[in-house]
Amino acid sequence: MSKQLFSGSIGRKFAMALSALFLIIFLLQHFTINFTSVLSEETFNELSHFMGTNPIIQFVMQPILMFGVAFHFIMGFILEIKNRNSRAIKYAKNNGAANSSWMSRNMIWSGLFILFFLGFHFYDFWIPEMNYKYIEMKPEDPNRYYDEVVHMFASPGRVIVYCLSFVFLALHLMHGFQSAFQSMGARHDKYTPAIQKIGRAYAILIPVGFIFIAVFHYVNSL
Amino acid sequence: MSTLDSKIPEGPIAEKWTNHKNNIRLVNPANKRSIDVIVVGTGLAGGSAAATLAELGYNVKAFCYQDSPRRAHSIAAQGGINAAKNYQGDGDSTYRLFYDTVKGGDYRSREANVYRLAEVSTNIIDQCVAQGVPFARDYGGLLDNRSFGGVQVSRTFYAKGQTGQQLLLGAYSAMSRQIGKGKITMYNRHEMMDLVMVDGKARGIIARNLVTGEIERHSAHAVVVGSGGYGNVFFLSTNAMGSNVSAGWKIHKKGAYFANPCFTQIHPTCIPQHGDQQSKLTLMSESLRNDGRIWVPAKKEDAEAIRAGKLKPTDLKEEDRDYYLERRYPSFGNLVPRDVASRAAKERCDEGFGVGTNETGEAVYLDFSSAIMRYGQEEANVKGLHNASDKEIKELGTKVVEAKYGNLFQMYEKITADNPYETPMKIYPAVHYTMGGVWVDYNLMTTIPGCYAIGEANFSDHGANRLGASALMQGLADGYFVLPYTIGDYLADDIRTGEISTDSKEFEEAEKSVKEQVDFFVNNKGKHSVDYFHKLLGKIMWNKVGMARNEKGLKEAIAEIKELREQFWKEVSVPGSADGINQELEKAGRVADFLELGELFARDALERNESCGGHFREEYKTEEGEALRDDKNFTYVAAWEYTGEPSKAKLHKEELKYENIELKTRSYK
Amino acid sequence: MSATEGLNLTLKVWRQKNDKEQGKMETYQVSDISPDSSFLEMMDILNEQLIAEDNEPVAFDHDCREGICGSCSMYINGEAHGPGREITTCQLHMREFKDGETIFIEPWRAKAFPVIKDLVVDRSAFDRVMNAGGFISVNTSGNTQDANAIPIDKHDADKAFDAATCIGCGACVASCKNASAMLFVSAKVSQLSLLPQGKVEAKERVQNMVKQMDEEGFGNCSNTGACEVECPKGISLENIARMNREYLKSGIS
Repeated sequence: MSKQLFSGSIGRKFAMALSALFLIIFLLQHFTINFTSVLSEETFNELSHFMGTNPIIQFVMQPILMFGVAFHFIMGFILEIKNRNSRAIKYAKNNGAANSSWMSRNMIWSGLFILFFLGFHFYDFWIPEMNYKYIEMKPEDPNRYYDEVVHMFASPGRVIVYCLSFVFLALHLMHGFQSAFQSMGARHDKYTPAIQKIGRAYAILIPVGFIFIAVFHYVNSL
Repeated sequence: MSTLDSKIPEGPIAEKWTNHKNNIRLVNPANKRSIDVIVVGTGLAGGSAAATLAELGYNVKAFCYQDSPRRAHSIAAQGGINAAKNYQGDGDSTYRLFYDTVKGGDYRSREANVYRLAEVSTNIIDQCVAQGVPFARDYGGLLDNRSFGGVQVSRTFYAKGQTGQQLLLGAYSAMSRQIGKGKITMYNRHEMMDLVMVDGKARGIIARNLVTGEIERHSAHAVVVGSGGYGNVFFLSTNAMGSNVSAGWKIHKKGAYFANPCFTQIHPTCIPQHGDQQSKLTLMSESLRNDGRIWVPAKKEDAEAIRAGKLKPTDLKEEDRDYYLERRYPSFGNLVPRDVASRAAKERCDEGFGVGTNETGEAVYLDFSSAIMRYGQEEANVKGLHNASDKEIKELGTKVVEAKYGNLFQMYEKITADNPYETPMKIYPAVHYTMGGVWVDYNLMTTIPGCYAIGEANFSDHGANRLGASALMQGLADGYFVLPYTIGDYLADDIRTGEISTDSKEFEEAEKSVKEQVDFFVNNKGKHSVDYFHKLLGKIMWNKVGMARNEKGLKEAIAEIKELREQFWKEVSVPGSADGINQELEKAGRVADFLELGELFARDALERNESCGGHFREEYKTEEGEALRDDKNFTYVAAWEYTGEPSKAKLHKEELKYENIELKTRSYK
Repeated sequence: MSATEGLNLTLKVWRQKNDKEQGKMETYQVSDISPDSSFLEMMDILNEQLIAEDNEPVAFDHDCREGICGSCSMYINGEAHGPGREITTCQLHMREFKDGETIFIEPWRAKAFPVIKDLVVDRSAFDRVMNAGGFISVNTSGNTQDANAIPIDKHDADKAFDAATCIGCGACVASCKNASAMLFVSAKVSQLSLLPQGKVEAKERVQNMVKQMDEEGFGNCSNTGACEVECPKGISLENIARMNREYLKSGIS
């Protein structure tokens, strides 16, 4: 039975939803730590140092996260291809806006944009970080993190790319958050309106928060 | 008249069916596996029969012209299904349902059949609930009932305004289960083109695959026709566009007698015709008459002003309205049977009181304002609002009415763009159901051995008029509980027959004549479309063989239909080819049969010199204009034998004996 | 019943000879259409016109013409059953259109619903999903227990009814960007799983129906909600969530 759980259309959607919820939680955590950079240099460095050196985080959580991200994207592509194949001939005239939101119909595009952003983000933060720690094996400086961030966001081009990406993240989450619950069958007359509200709030507040951080550091650097 | 043996079992009426079941022959389960049965039509009767026969073990081949069995027109029945459950404790019983049905049918139905129908009615409800049919329930979780026209108890089970749909989907799901098991082979988009008889027995059909155009031979040990009624002979009716008489008419031409074709029900509450471009009429459930009051203006000048658009119905004061049903029939009021209500509406409109703003001027009002206020007051009392204003009461009442009839009101508004909560609905009678049909005996077998007719396709249990919520009951009773028993008695002789070959000359000949007809249509480069003829036929039928008939008109109708038929065969144009989907070709075959049936229909109406139920002859009425039956001369079923020309059909009479019910003048006053 | 002037319209209609040949959009003109006519009556007029010109009329599925049989299936101006909510094509009236308007009329598009002629598609995939489990396995003997033996919570009975109103027209598949049949399948799964009679075999039912649904080539649900909006019977997405739940439950128990 459990084999069937993840095969078939509903199983795949369930897997998609589970990975989405995992990423939503990760995003919250990521945001929380980043936000401390606005409040206190010290706290931010402390937390970053912990995350960057703790072996459980580095060698257990980080791979799980990688897997979650990769799974969500790959599954997303597989579903998109299957779905496109389900309609070989397109309509000559289709009025999608009449019955569904732009966000819900374009998850693949918002997702792709986020994927490109992730590539950039990895190139920007994660590869230098890995290089710093595991290739060049430089000694750990617990106070380097804040300065690195400030340095990065001094560049206006980067800030623009980040801000734009967070807009797409917001669009993706606007549909994705409540959709994940629906896919898992979590729907109830009483609770679903609340889930939808929380979803909308999350989809706006988290990306706006990230944008705020980027802009904050950019403005400070002027 | 030796062939007209109705085979009614001996014994007291309440024991006939049980005795019969105990005495008829059975086919053992192993032998059933080698017997094939063809079922034509997948509505309530055909669908339930196919499912049950397959469950019993027969190999069933089911045919429908729609793309899925779920779309048969039974799906459109709105109001409900009767059953003598007496859950309401209001005095209902098998006998009372039997009595009401015979009386409602104006004493022209076969007692034994109707009693059996009433008897098995309770099983239907049990069966459907077990199948997952979501009937309406009360807050205690038990089944709810409503009342319908022509009776004084609440015995109608319903699922909002979609009872037919829910029951059909129940039968369809039972079929689906058997299709999944391979016990039913389903032929969607197939139309029966002819019956094949071998050695005087029904042994198969010729069918046209409507997608490929292929003419196919299908054999079986028995053929069951459950193809519905023939109301579309009027062109405009509440039937589905594809509903047709062809299956019934083909077996008639092969020897099955056609009974009481003139008994046709004109339903009182339909949305009036809007114009010449119209293709279809829409019924509003009779359940609306539970709460709606029917009226026309009491003064002609008001009616004229309304027709001219100068006056609104809501402007008319209470004393200027004529609630003519309440006036004429104080004890049943708006709940008189359908035939009575329809004729009363026609009478008012003919007198010039009609309120239709359409070209025909024919419409009466169905008004919910007093029901809204009555329910609103009740709600206000329940909620303890003792000083509620009229506006508040109206709001509360609107909610109650919406809960009861919301989907019907919505449907009305979609079609007419009028809001029935604010202004009364406009309604007018329309052809709806045909009580007549293929003659069958107590076993539901036609005069062709091995050929059965069930549901609306047979001449049925409804006599000259059908009561509301009885069609669903009859369809399911025939299909689930009657035919599966009685067919065994016939098939018991076929356990050694083996598979019927389709390579015989009988199949070949039948196929050839079907192909010839198809070829004729696609090659006949006439000048008029099929619909052109169908519309003309409909006009003749409605004007001369409609709600009121007379000798002169009927004779004219017979001549005109004959002439139209000749013209049809000369001038009909069917574009396209025969090898693929060709909807005009499908229609052509059906209209060809309607053009023959229409003539027999008029002949039957001419022959019956009395007024009863849905058959109203202007020559036979009381001084007050009510129908005048002639029990001395016409207490019989007119079963017509085809002789080559519809109007020259030979009449056989099945005398109706009333041993349990006294013949009385139907009174709803 | 308005007495407005007739409408003159340009129609762009998909024409296709059969399931093998390719089709294309053709343009036709109709004039003086009464605003009180239904959309299908307008199609009848077009067809009469085509027959008079000795052309083949447009084939389209239709039957009851009162919104209940589920036969009619046109994609009109980019929407299943055209503009308007909770209606089928046969309930769409010409008063919804403006004089001079161009109307696109296409068949349902889905791999699982191949076009067999003009606007007619083959929806037998739905039947096969039903054959896989859309029933309660009870014989039609009539010898079941009394209909009132098991009281059913009115709330559940009403929800089962709402799901049961599905007419199987396929508008959900047609309007879903993924051509998913989840709304159709979930309506039946929900109806039967909400009723005590249907709970007995709920597990097998949902697995068999979903398996068949996947085999037919319908897409995955991505919760856009288009199906719910275009459904002529207003069947709720709640049913899809319920089916997801039933399916996941059946997988772990």
